[in-house]
Amino acid sequence: MTKSLHKLALGVAAAALMAPSAWAEDSAEPIVIPTHNWSSQVVMAYVIGGIFESLGDNVEYVPADTQAVYEAIRIGDVTISHEVWQSTFGASFYNAMAKGGLIDAGTHSAATLEEMGVPQYVIDDNLCPGLPNWEALKDCPEVFATADSEGKGRWLEGPQSWHGDLMPTRLAALGLGDKYVVKFAGGADAIWAELASAKKEGRGIITFNWTPNFTDAEGFVFIEFPPYKDGCRVADGGDGSCGSPKGWLKKAANYKFPKTHPAAYSAFAKMSFSSTDIGQMAALVDIDKMSHQDAATKWLADHEDVWKPFTQ
Amino acid sequence: MGYLKKHPRLAQFTLLLIAFFLLVAVVTPSETNVLWRLPSLLAPLPGEINAFAEHLMFDWFPVQVYDSELKEYEQSALLREVTRGFSRSVLFLIEFIREILVGGVKTIVAFTGWQFIRENPWAMWPALPWTVVISGAMILGYTLSGRGLALLAGLALAYISIFGQWHPAMETLSFVLVAAPISIFLGLILGVSAYKSRVVAATLKPLLNIAQTMPHFSYLVPVTVFFGVGDHAGAIATIIFATPPMIRLTLLGLQNVPVEVVEAGMMCGSSDRQILLKVLVPTARRDILIGVNQVIMQCLAMAVIASFIGAKGLGFNLLLALNQLRIGQALELGICIVLIAVVLDKLSLAWANKQTDYFADLSFVERNKHSLLFLAVFAICVVLAFLGSVIFKGGINYLYLIPHNKGITTEWFWQAGVDWMIDSWYSSLQGFNRGLIVNVLQPMKNAYLGMPVSATFLLVMGVGYIVGGIRSALIVGGFLLFIALTEWWDRALITMYMASFAVIVSVTIGLIVGSVAAQNSLASKVALLVCDTLQTFPSFIYLIPVIMLFGVTDTSVLIAVIIYATIPATRYTIEGIRSVPPSLREAGMMSGATGLQRWISIDLPLAFPHIMLGVNQTVIFALFMVIIGAMIGTDDLGQYILKALSDKQGIGNGLMLGLCVAFIGLAVDHLIHTWAAERKALLGLT
Repeated sequence: MTKSLHKLALGVAAAALMAPSAWAEDSAEPIVIPTHNWSSQVVMAYVIGGIFESLGDNVEYVPADTQAVYEAIRIGDVTISHEVWQSTFGASFYNAMAKGGLIDAGTHSAATLEEMGVPQYVIDDNLCPGLPNWEALKDCPEVFATADSEGKGRWLEGPQSWHGDLMPTRLAALGLGDKYVVKFAGGADAIWAELASAKKEGRGIITFNWTPNFTDAEGFVFIEFPPYKDGCRVADGGDGSCGSPKGWLKKAANYKFPKTHPAAYSAFAKMSFSSTDIGQMAALVDIDKMSHQDAATKWLADHEDVWKPFTQ
Repeated sequence: MGYLKKHPRLAQFTLLLIAFFLLVAVVTPSETNVLWRLPSLLAPLPGEINAFAEHLMFDWFPVQVYDSELKEYEQSALLREVTRGFSRSVLFLIEFIREILVGGVKTIVAFTGWQFIRENPWAMWPALPWTVVISGAMILGYTLSGRGLALLAGLALAYISIFGQWHPAMETLSFVLVAAPISIFLGLILGVSAYKSRVVAATLKPLLNIAQTMPHFSYLVPVTVFFGVGDHAGAIATIIFATPPMIRLTLLGLQNVPVEVVEAGMMCGSSDRQILLKVLVPTARRDILIGVNQVIMQCLAMAVIASFIGAKGLGFNLLLALNQLRIGQALELGICIVLIAVVLDKLSLAWANKQTDYFADLSFVERNKHSLLFLAVFAICVVLAFLGSVIFKGGINYLYLIPHNKGITTEWFWQAGVDWMIDSWYSSLQGFNRGLIVNVLQPMKNAYLGMPVSATFLLVMGVGYIVGGIRSALIVGGFLLFIALTEWWDRALITMYMASFAVIVSVTIGLIVGSVAAQNSLASKVALLVCDTLQTFPSFIYLIPVIMLFGVTDTSVLIAVIIYATIPATRYTIEGIRSVPPSLREAGMMSGATGLQRWISIDLPLAFPHIMLGVNQTVIFALFMVIIGAMIGTDDLGQYILKALSDKQGIGNGLMLGLCVAFIGLAVDHLIHTWAAERKALLGLT
């Protein structure tokens, strides 16, 4: 059993793992990998599946809801999740961990940011002078106004399930509460559709988004809010007048995974994809229009130098 | 005053409205004012439901389970092992059918184990070449009904294959081929037992009511907790959704069997079993077949939702395509879902309608000519597939399986169409959008939210009293009270505002379109076909273009709702008017009524009870779609149901919110049914 495995497992189920490990080989039971509805995640699922298969493991893919998947991992119906975004899935991830059964399997090196922002043309066309500094937003709510925002700017946020009341409290704390009104979109699809529609018209739009994402290719600028400090959010006792932290992108696994598939788990724990890797995977599908499986096969063939070290 | 005396109900209603507005004016908005908002006494209930479900699942009746992987015993709970066992058997069935169609190893694994596969890499079940499946479906169609059905089945499957959707389509098909028969079987059994026993009927009735009005999103979390994620979970959610109409229609059919028929059966000395299988069920066939048709429609309508909890196939690919805004691709996938629905529906109808010829004296070859033909075709296609592997060396063997997304595609065409629509309509629609939101939707929403709870109760219970007396008033009041005592009353008001707006528009459109189409039998058929298609066509597809045109606004949600909810309004109007006795219409024309007069004085009043059932369905459809509208972005109950997917107490919240939606539907359902029944009695239609 490798050192890194010990380190990771200690915090979780120390007693169970202290028993002498007699399983040299991974179990033949399939490792269940969830697929969600965005390209990079699906390609990465097949990439990770390919890596596991190269170790001689059996792999199975199952479509799952992005929020409900953590409960499924906890119970053991799904083995891993490889894209746990801090701001959108952090709540579900920690809920499941608190109930027991789900373990933290390390963090990708990709630096992520999940924040409000505007498409590049909003800056280029100088629709709201002074952006991306947040103070500029005070003077141009009308640029972001829509039919149902009653003259205020519309602050397009993801669904309630992503961050609850984070945005309304932030707006109030920053003194933007009477100039902007938060609209919760139903999901990522709705945000992409709004972005595409705003672009056609060259209209101003301010929306929640993240990077790495396919929107990076066309240019997307994140607003610079007062920097995040520990304890600045309302939930942590602050007033909420700060932006998002530089986020993490974590991996989660069922607690049995290290025991049933030690080799695969060791590779999974080491696995760390960068923003570039994730961008390449998404581009093969979104730009080159390959199927997700083909994209994964191609990425694995082209980037052995990246993933081979994880398996050693 | 004389007019009001003639119409006592109108007088009552006027009084009710006056009292309602008085209350609205008098009651002051304040959180502590019980007349304004009731205290949320039921707020702890979701937590308790959740704790109860988790206790059942993880702690109740602990059992030791041996984990052969870890070589140790583990604590588990009885119920969990039972539900997981059930899941495994459903999954086995799905995998078994799936592997016949597209190949795989799971069935072999079920009998041997994964270790066996690792040691024997050759052990894999081969797929049936797509040519075999198509010819098989054509032969089946021909056997059951003739050339037309064979052609339909062949063309539909060929479309799916040529467009490169074979693999996901077969995945969806395998899951429907398990979910639909189970639903039909369960529906028949429960329907028959409800017919035989009053106790069963009385217990089933409220459960059916709730199951049919509860939005499917709200039981996704409980299903995943109890049964896991995967195709089996999708199938189980689908069965919950598809069985109720089957039970209802079976019961209805059996109740309508004339007593004389049963007595004739008894006089011939039939046993109970024979009465049931040879007399009752065949006589009730018409309604039971409508039930089968509904099950198939419901199963495919669930294809997309089921993929939220792990069903593979067309539904999942559709969600992926939508996330990339590839509407063209989503459209092709949607068409495949509709095609599967149509083929299955027609095949099952043909099978059920086929009469056995008991007197034919045929030789073995004559009796089995279709099976023999299939065997021959099977052999030819397999040989072709082998030849294919030689011809297309190293590449894709087009005679075996056309892989996903390697077929031809018309995506660019649809995509161009959608782009054109958005480009050319966008600016002209903005004025409409703004006007609608500012002048109609926002004021309407504020009016709903500005209603004191006491006024709402007065209005709804008052209408209940006028329609069905004190009993109805208490029933609808009870439904409302449940919602008012949760912490989601305001959210429910928003749901009601959206649903009522959509219902008004849908019913208006449905009445007009339906009435026009009903004037002509060809137009009726076409309109009904369009209704069928739209009902199985996944509604998720038009969410995206609608958002592009109208943004994340209530307009978008309402347009999506109206498209969907107009279907039943139109369908029932056509059926209602077409069933008006022709003699009555002729009598009207002979008395010199114009077309409009005939419509107002003959068609509509006579078709009224049936149309009201359509309105009832419209309300249910609208509520369902308002909840799905949460995918666009709403702040009503739907958004909270969606949120329940990630909540700590997701089971409790999801179920409670689902019940709130169901109770809104049931309250309306009760009022409409009572009213329609009374009208029916007045018209002597019983």
